[in-house]
Amino acid sequence: MTFIAKPRLHHPTLKQNRIGYTRRDYEGKVSTLCAGCGHDSISAALIQAFWELDIEPHKVAKLSGIGCSSKTPDYFLGNSHGFNTVHGRMPSVLTGANLANRDLIYIGVSGDGDSASIGLGQFAHVMRRGVDMAYILENNGVYGLTKGQFSATADAGSRSKRGVENTDSAVDTVGLALLMGASYVARGFSGDKEQLVPLLKAAIAHPGAAFVDVISPCVAFNNHSGSTKSYDYVREHNEAVSRLDFWPSRDAITVSYEEGAVIEVPQHDGSILKLRKLDGAYDPTDKIAALNAIARAAADGEVLTGLLYVDPSADDLHAHLSTVKVPFNRLGEQELCPGSAMLDRINASLR
Amino acid sequence: MKRIEAVNDFVVKFANVNGSGSASANELFAKSFLRMGIPVSPRNIFPSNIQGLPTWYEVRVTEAGWLGRRGGVDLMVAMNPQTWDKDVREIDPGGYLFYDNTKPLPQSKFREDIHVVGMPLTEISNATYTDARERQLFKNIIYVGALAALLGIEPGVIAELIGEQYKGKEKLLKPNLNAFQMGYHYAEETLKDAIGLKAQRAYEVGDRIFIDGNAAAGLGMVYGGATVCAWYPITPSSSVAEAFQRYCARLRVDKESGQNRFAIVQAEDELASIGMVVGAGWNGARAFTATSGPGVSLMTEFIGLAYFAEIPVTIIDVQRGGPSTGMPTRTQQSDVIACAYASHGDTKHVLLFPEDPRECFEHAAAALDLADRLQTPVFVMTDLDIGMNQRLARPFTWDDARRYDRGKVMTEAELEAGKEFGRYLDVDGDGIPFRTYPGTHPTKGGFFTRGTTKDRYARYSEEGPVYVDNVQRLLRKFETAKSLVPQPVLRACGRKTRFGVIYYGSTSPAMDEAYGALEAAGIAVDTLRICAFPFNDAVSDFIAEHEQVFVVEQNRDAQLRTLLMNELNVDPAKLMPVLHYDGTPITARFITAEISERVRVLNVEPLKKGKAA
Ligand SMILES: Cc1ncc(C[n+]2csc(CCOP(=O)(O)OP(=O)(O)O)c2C)c(N)n1
Ligand code: SF4
Ligand SMILES: [Mg+2]
Repeated sequence: MTFIAKPRLHHPTLKQNRIGYTRRDYEGKVSTLCAGCGHDSISAALIQAFWELDIEPHKVAKLSGIGCSSKTPDYFLGNSHGFNTVHGRMPSVLTGANLANRDLIYIGVSGDGDSASIGLGQFAHVMRRGVDMAYILENNGVYGLTKGQFSATADAGSRSKRGVENTDSAVDTVGLALLMGASYVARGFSGDKEQLVPLLKAAIAHPGAAFVDVISPCVAFNNHSGSTKSYDYVREHNEAVSRLDFWPSRDAITVSYEEGAVIEVPQHDGSILKLRKLDGAYDPTDKIAALNAIARAAADGEVLTGLLYVDPSADDLHAHLSTVKVPFNRLGEQELCPGSAMLDRINASLR
Repeated sequence: MKRIEAVNDFVVKFANVNGSGSASANELFAKSFLRMGIPVSPRNIFPSNIQGLPTWYEVRVTEAGWLGRRGGVDLMVAMNPQTWDKDVREIDPGGYLFYDNTKPLPQSKFREDIHVVGMPLTEISNATYTDARERQLFKNIIYVGALAALLGIEPGVIAELIGEQYKGKEKLLKPNLNAFQMGYHYAEETLKDAIGLKAQRAYEVGDRIFIDGNAAAGLGMVYGGATVCAWYPITPSSSVAEAFQRYCARLRVDKESGQNRFAIVQAEDELASIGMVVGAGWNGARAFTATSGPGVSLMTEFIGLAYFAEIPVTIIDVQRGGPSTGMPTRTQQSDVIACAYASHGDTKHVLLFPEDPRECFEHAAAALDLADRLQTPVFVMTDLDIGMNQRLARPFTWDDARRYDRGKVMTEAELEAGKEFGRYLDVDGDGIPFRTYPGTHPTKGGFFTRGTTKDRYARYSEEGPVYVDNVQRLLRKFETAKSLVPQPVLRACGRKTRFGVIYYGSTSPAMDEAYGALEAAGIAVDTLRICAFPFNDAVSDFIAEHEQVFVVEQNRDAQLRTLLMNELNVDPAKLMPVLHYDGTPITARFITAEISERVRVLNVEPLKKGKAA
């Protein structure tokens, strides 16, 4: 089947962002996912986040693996280049792409099968390397595209639609990302856009490896009772650690906010993360505390959402490798080829 | 007793223990001939281990300039008690055994038909040095000194080499020189004329350079403009990435900022290394990986993606003995089929076959151009024999007027001017479409890259005709590749002959020598060196022009022959395999004997048309 592009008739009343784009400009092809699939809500949240961040869509590169979730980059930012790679290996392709052109914004979309089963190794290593990206894991606890097998994030004791119980313990993606060195770790819920959009915005702006696990119910195969990744289960068991507001650096921070403790986390690039804490004791810059909180919530059967960890002084792979500021894909012979005179000298040293 | 007498034409083999510091002493020995103008061809024979196991270094001294392995040993320097018996057995009758006679050995340990030259190396070394490590290291230099005296190597040449090696490290320079002198004088005084092999100044090295293929390939990647290297360590390819790192540190650091115009990532495995190369290629940087057989096996899913999504990728495959872990420190040409058709579905890939370090350099840079031009994976098929042994080669050259061929990349200006962009649209019949780099234009030229079927405008489609249209274009592209890859090299014997020989890669030096030997034996053959896949018409013509073609390869299954049969529709009876696959480099002696014998048989029973030989 081929997809029909959506009509792009700009309604004059559509609201434009600071750089003159309407939300429509951030949309993509019509989704082919099941109606009600959590993944579509995440695409919508991403559209909102990019629009609010005033990012030119074509300055974003979208990479994904294979799965229903990994198809979604076709459904947002239609003018951006996207790359639907192979199952479980998006992180390496994103790493290479990022090395080739440091000026673009990289977003990686993956599923729980893609990241926690076949791609667990690459998932771990891309965090270790601190690749500057926003890695979105659309976590439904099943293999959607291959029709409902358990994934490695399915909780032990949860039941498949056919009633089979999962006895393997679950891969804790946020805990793992944190341990492996991700410098921004958050968890959201596809059904809570108000919380999700700021989490995505801050992840996109974060100058290092940012990971957002988004619980995203699969209405076809994992939204029944007995599932721990259904809409109902997550709504009942969700405990938010912090509400996040995100301001790009140029914004004056003149927003009034509700009562409660607020901390501001200035980032490397001057932007500011503002956290309205729901849980009085939670400090997301404390990695060990974050690991503790994640483990405790898991033990209590709670799904911890919100910004779990951020390292305000994070840097990235380019900094580690001390690469030049000019993107590699713009360097030519002049910058790269040492020339024949140098080659003569090298020849001389080999005699 | 027979005594082998030879000037500038003999084989010396060193039997050492891995990790004993013999490698640099042996290299010093080999290089001293070069400085005397005598070509040498050394080869490492080493185990897959770091310390303690046997290792050999075979130096062929050859004024005639034959750089292949000769076979046979004229002088064995037996420094490893573990392999003594085997080493002694290997010496040609009338040859020489040089050994450390500090501890006496029973007569049964020797042979009647060889000349034994003993020297108390350990005793001399222990008398001079107290530190255990020094005793070991200088013992090696002492034997180099003794051999210099025995073989007539000019001591000044070795002193010069030691001087270069320890330039600025006075503390090491002096003791090394002393050890060398000690060995030299001892042998000069006590072992006069013990060996009938002699080195004599010649003028046959010319301006050639001495380098291993992996270092040459790494340098070729620097010159060719690679900026991203992702790799996972594996013998015998690791030194490609290491050389790239070394040359980049010297040649690619921005002088003002101190920042790097390169990125090297040691990935977690080969799936990740090829994935990074695919990502970088997709995004417009020149990228490569270096690996060996097991790595290629892991990479195949990505290779198929790069073929189908049309992404430039350069892979250096330094082949080793397979299958599986196989013989990791031995050489073979056994990945030909695996690379030519790597990945599931209908796929074919461009292969280049360098014959020596000079071509490793050239093919590395050429592969980057070809990958960009053809938007597809390109393999440089080298092997352990070329990759990990220093070899004499013509010096590297680079034309400063040369421009990188970035292929068909549509620019922002072209898009803005309204030029039609279809990612998989064949605009000029060569099967190669235009691509855009991500981020080129706000509203034009964006597309979604995928491994699934798509139409000419990169839109997902599973329609049969759309699929066929696309894969047919990929075939046209492969046709185009034929005229772009390095062309085969013909050597016509100048007489009418019904015999042809096809060979490739590291077989070259042995074949060159065998050609002379066959000619001397009155056997006339034309030869064709294949430098790349896909094969072009010159290859089909060559086969058509000969009644019988020998295909010389270093694998069991005659893989190139299979490829020739499959791609050129050649009658299998015409292609007669000549195969050497025990892990040692093929020799001229082997090729000469095999071809002579078959020619003899064929001449006795002349071929009937269409009948298999
Ligand atoms: C190498 C390989 N093995 C298996 C598959 C089949 N496959 C496609 S998607 C998928 C699982 C996807 O699950 P997940 O990542 O959770 O995505 P979801 O569909 O649930 O969003 C599998 C096993 C494949 N494409 N490639
Ligand atoms: S199968 Fe599940 S994950 Fe896939 S589109 Fe349908 S609801 Fe979404
Ligand atoms: Mg899933």
